[in-house]
Amino acid sequence: MRPEVVAAMMPVFTEHFGNASSIHWFGQHAKSLIDDARQHVAKLINAETAEIVFLSGGTEADNLAIRGIAESQKSGGRHIITSQIEHHAVLHTCKDLEKQGYEITWLPVSHDGLVNPEDVRKAIRKDTILISIMHANNEIGTIQPIEEIGRIAAEADVYFHSDGVQSTGKIPVNVKSLGVDLYSMSAHKIHGPKGVGALFVKKGTALKPTMTGGGHERNRRSGTENVAGIVGFGEAARLAREELMHKMPRMRELRDRLETGLQSHIEFIHVNGGNAPRLPNTSNIMVDYAEGEGLVISLDLKGVAVSTGSACSSGSLEPSHVLTAIGKTPDEAHGSLRFSLSTMTGIEDIDYVIEVLPGIVERLRELSPYYNRGRTP
Amino acid sequence: MRPLLSMAYSEKLLDYFQNPRCVGEIPDADAVAEVSNPVCGDVMKLWVKVSDGRIHDAKFKAQGCSAAIATSSYATEMLVGMNVTEARLITKDQIANALGGLPASKIHCSVLASDAIKQVLQGF
Repeated sequence: MRPEVVAAMMPVFTEHFGNASSIHWFGQHAKSLIDDARQHVAKLINAETAEIVFLSGGTEADNLAIRGIAESQKSGGRHIITSQIEHHAVLHTCKDLEKQGYEITWLPVSHDGLVNPEDVRKAIRKDTILISIMHANNEIGTIQPIEEIGRIAAEADVYFHSDGVQSTGKIPVNVKSLGVDLYSMSAHKIHGPKGVGALFVKKGTALKPTMTGGGHERNRRSGTENVAGIVGFGEAARLAREELMHKMPRMRELRDRLETGLQSHIEFIHVNGGNAPRLPNTSNIMVDYAEGEGLVISLDLKGVAVSTGSACSSGSLEPSHVLTAIGKTPDEAHGSLRFSLSTMTGIEDIDYVIEVLPGIVERLRELSPYYNRGRTP
Repeated sequence: MRPLLSMAYSEKLLDYFQNPRCVGEIPDADAVAEVSNPVCGDVMKLWVKVSDGRIHDAKFKAQGCSAAIATSSYATEMLVGMNVTEARLITKDQIANALGGLPASKIHCSVLASDAIKQVLQGF
């Protein structure tokens, strides 16, 4: 978390501990803090304050959006369109609805990791009630053509949800020009606290709440507000909006420096999604003849934290569904590395990776029974 | 302080991952086996020199995660000097335990090495 975020949250624990639903001064003060935070989050995505629903995070936002529409629209149809590269919060929610009798169209993506808007148009049927396509992918960073899909959804009069957890605060987001009805956000992805997020719900959207109770958040999400978390989210959103324009070009520069540096020092590596518009902070690199978990552990021992799409790093032992959707074999997905830069990443961090990774890759390749066989990568 | 991610592994396992013993190929090997792990796709290739029922030399190559490389290396090292009957009895648990145990999601890695041993000794 950013120190400014911690500083904004601290007084909520020590002084302003009121329950925002109470009518006494303490409660009303807590409510005003939430209102301020709501303004900051709304401004970040160009929404109205009344369209922001605070909840526990990106997963809950995706669940509320998808289940909320599925439930409220089921008399009109049970068909939902989504993509094969969604975050698990969308993927597993749609799979669950599939079991309940909903029909899901899982749109494929190109080798660059993009959904084709024409595929969306063709998939729309009379009984389609929702389109859910993520704004930016969490593994490879590709930015989907949301505006085009938004227009298609509006023409067909179908609700449109986009998971914006990765894109919020990293690229300019304007829910009005994107044409979304629902947009998910998470505080911790923008240096805010964990356990808090928001769902943008466009005015007039029929959404059945998944959490019922005291009618908080204009009946959209019951449950006593996580005031400290929301205040932290608000501060993080304020900072993100203020800094977006000057910090992101720098991050993109660093990311490009990393990719160019690695490509000039290591043979047989590829940038996944490299030909598509991408988030400035994400780099997914595939290393042939080496396995991702081994690379991650080796980098970890040198103080560099990255992740991998390798089956061996996940409890599930399944290769990344995103990498298989862009046409990679499980073997190829096995050798992928995901670098995530933040506004706190410096040029020296990038250069350190460029210095240590070639040796690590070379060592692991020396161990591989395939490397000297000259298999064409 | 050790980095967090690698803390799931013992010092000994990390040593065998970073400084694997018995790496290489034996051009005039008496037997070669290549096994791949159906669970995660890791691969191990194992070469042995055998005479009079005893394993005189063993070398391996592997493409896989840190646990797969460490267990492959440790198992190959165990083989050298063993008689074939003894070597056939090596179990995945024996390999895993010798390296300080494996996290639950990594148990399958030690299967790779025990399978390679069984396969390479089939003809003896």
